[in-house]
Amino acid sequence: MEKTPAFTETLSSCYHCGDTIRGERVEHEGKLFCCTGCKIVFEILQQNDLCTYYDLHETPGTSPSTIEISRFDYLDDVVIQNQLLDFTDGRTSRVTLSLPTVHCSSCIWLLEQLYKLDAGIVESRVEYLRKQVSIKYLHEKTSLKNIVILLVSIGYEPELHLDAVDKKMESEITRSLYFKVGVAGFCFGNSMLFSFPEYLGVDATEEILKTVFSYLNLLLGVPVFFYCSKDYFVAALGGLKKKIINIDVPIALGIFLLFARSAYEIMTQTGPGFIDSMCGLLFFLLLGRIFQSKTYDRLNFERNYTSYFPLSVMTKKNGVETTVPIATLKRGNRIIIRHGEIVPADALLLQGSAAIDYSFVTGESTPVEKVLGEMIYAGGKQVGGAIELEVMKEVSQSYLTQLWNNFNQSMREKGQLSELSNTVSKYFTIVVLAISFGVLAYWLPKDMTTAVNAFTGILIVACPCALAISIPFTLGTTMRIFGKNDFYLKNTSVIEQLSRIDTIVFDKTGTITHAKKSSVEYVGTELSKEEISGTYSLVSNSAHPLSMVIAEYLTAEKKIVDNFAESLGEGISGTLEGAAYRVGTRDFAGKTKAGNGPVNETRSYVSIDGTVKGYFSIKNLYREGLSGLTASLGKRTVLAVVSGDNESERPRLQSLFPVGTDLQFNQTPSDKLEYVRALQSAGKRVMMIGDGLNDAGALLQSNLGVAVTENVAQFSPSSDAILSGASFVKMQDFIRFASSSMSVVIASFVLAFMYNVVGIYFALQGLLTPVMAAILMPASSITIVLFTTITTQLLAKRKGLL
Amino acid sequence: MSVIVIMIGCSFLIAVGFLIAFIWSVKTGQYEDKYTPSVRILFDDKKNNK
Repeated sequence: MEKTPAFTETLSSCYHCGDTIRGERVEHEGKLFCCTGCKIVFEILQQNDLCTYYDLHETPGTSPSTIEISRFDYLDDVVIQNQLLDFTDGRTSRVTLSLPTVHCSSCIWLLEQLYKLDAGIVESRVEYLRKQVSIKYLHEKTSLKNIVILLVSIGYEPELHLDAVDKKMESEITRSLYFKVGVAGFCFGNSMLFSFPEYLGVDATEEILKTVFSYLNLLLGVPVFFYCSKDYFVAALGGLKKKIINIDVPIALGIFLLFARSAYEIMTQTGPGFIDSMCGLLFFLLLGRIFQSKTYDRLNFERNYTSYFPLSVMTKKNGVETTVPIATLKRGNRIIIRHGEIVPADALLLQGSAAIDYSFVTGESTPVEKVLGEMIYAGGKQVGGAIELEVMKEVSQSYLTQLWNNFNQSMREKGQLSELSNTVSKYFTIVVLAISFGVLAYWLPKDMTTAVNAFTGILIVACPCALAISIPFTLGTTMRIFGKNDFYLKNTSVIEQLSRIDTIVFDKTGTITHAKKSSVEYVGTELSKEEISGTYSLVSNSAHPLSMVIAEYLTAEKKIVDNFAESLGEGISGTLEGAAYRVGTRDFAGKTKAGNGPVNETRSYVSIDGTVKGYFSIKNLYREGLSGLTASLGKRTVLAVVSGDNESERPRLQSLFPVGTDLQFNQTPSDKLEYVRALQSAGKRVMMIGDGLNDAGALLQSNLGVAVTENVAQFSPSSDAILSGASFVKMQDFIRFASSSMSVVIASFVLAFMYNVVGIYFALQGLLTPVMAAILMPASSITIVLFTTITTQLLAKRKGLL
Repeated sequence: MSVIVIMIGCSFLIAVGFLIAFIWSVKTGQYEDKYTPSVRILFDDKKNNK
């Protein structure tokens, strides 16, 4: 357990969370911590003999947040409990909490030892990829509130939100798919065995065996036909009702004829039937479905604002503070919002200094300062001290909710089905039906048996199994490769859309600029070492985002500040070792000749003892490689930028984007939506890349909405794909790779057709035997699977995506 | 031929066993979280020796 003293010198990192220790350091039993929070967690774990936590993984912890315990009082409310609990019988309950800070094996270990920290917890199990913990606890010994407080105190603050847990439905669907594959695989293998005597040839003395085996075969076919292939019949009928011949129609027809003809042959003892081919067909089809249905558990593409709203809010009535569920908020209620909390309803500011971070709504993270009596819209996050507000509209009536509902109404239904496979299968089905009826007409006058054999044979052998599995396997592989590059797609049909994009619309803030990073530059008289540490100490006392940016830029020794004062919308001041420091706007800092500067940067002036030393210039930072990306994208696609900000960035954007790029400024969320819609009505296939809720409408309207986020597990508006900010510059490679994947699909279609032609050649003459079908159908499926997955992987390697 | 009958009969029974095992594994949720158990198995139950 001894640490090497190598890093106890200047750059020490916290024993608990691994952060570099800045300024004050907390020492405990020879171990260094960055804050008392981390030390307390260590002490809790030490007292309970849980120090294995630190052995499994170095510096595994997360610094606990310092929020007041009373904030969780609402968890004692039975109504809220019922919304959160998975199961309860009044004595024991099970709850699943989402813990965003889970990040390593130590986390799993500690969270599964929770019963050592709270006697009321019976069992806790972590689902690592979903970052969830499911806890079973006894009511008489503990409560939900205590568990949440315990988790917060050891650095795992749960996300408590109201969005309905739809995950269960989803897992039920995949479960039934697994069952079906299991049954189909079982029947496939065994029916092949039962068919062996037939294929190998039986001598006349054991004719009875043949009969027994063929009946057993039929028995195996029953669950495959009625259970495993149910989805295909449902989909085919659904398509026909809408007058669409989708790919499920010929599949369902093939399956039906396979079973019907087999049943007839076996019952009448005229032949062995095709049961083994049918089971094999279903097995491969369902396998393709599983391959395609892989979704990203930890991502949520359907998020709406309720996922981010708190469950409850603190209200104040006659001086008494109580927490109430947000749904019960009424007009006129007084609410108290603390640092880091989201304003749940449109409200008027009554008391306190409000700096509202609307990044969740607009993508812009610089807080907007509000004065008393001003309206604060729902969705803003308070930065700084506590504020008191008066609710003007109920949660369901607020501007954000209305905006959201409008978007959802205007959202067109994005087809899940692949356009390509539908077009192909339409013509395919028509051709196959034409051939089969032609053959029927040709044979019917001559030979009744051959006519029926040929007719059903064609429909059986033409069943587009290979066609149907080439899309899931190619696109499933492509989706995995994208996932490895931090580009997560909602489903495989997004790849097809991506390959057809001809217009790309970008949002500015947070999309083509870094959401969190800004470039800071100091201009003015050079500051001495003491002055730097003085300025640093002053700004690190403030929670204002500009102060935090400057503090991060300076990082020096921290000293004690006297007379610290924050003037809303102006700046901060304080005394250090006798010198008066002021950081803030030009007028706040003192008299200076320096101008106000261009609009596209924010300046914070510094003055010491009344003399203005200089200013920090803070600018949005564009993503690295942006101009290279836009230049190569601009060759094939039309680009456009729609920004909610003012025109100040126009010159910089013009230099970053190819000549002729349409730049729109001062766009509201609905303007953005309309802009995309206008492009679409001009026949364009639009990809929208955005990040905030203000882009949500445009993301939904576009043919392909991509949400860019710095941390994929965190907030992103509902979209078709989630892209990690770091992979933004690979956009061009993604689009090219999507196109080549579609080429692989087309190539595999050609391959599948060749098998069909061979099969139909025999079937035409009424010569399709069960052995032939039993070889031809699995062989075609296996070649398609191998061809598509291998080619896609090779292409990805050549493009440098793997 | 009778050898084949015995063989097929046995293999069918074995396959039924595997099918039941598969259905059980799906029902108990073993396909839902494919990552965490791989980490969990590496934890020592108790570190009394240290």
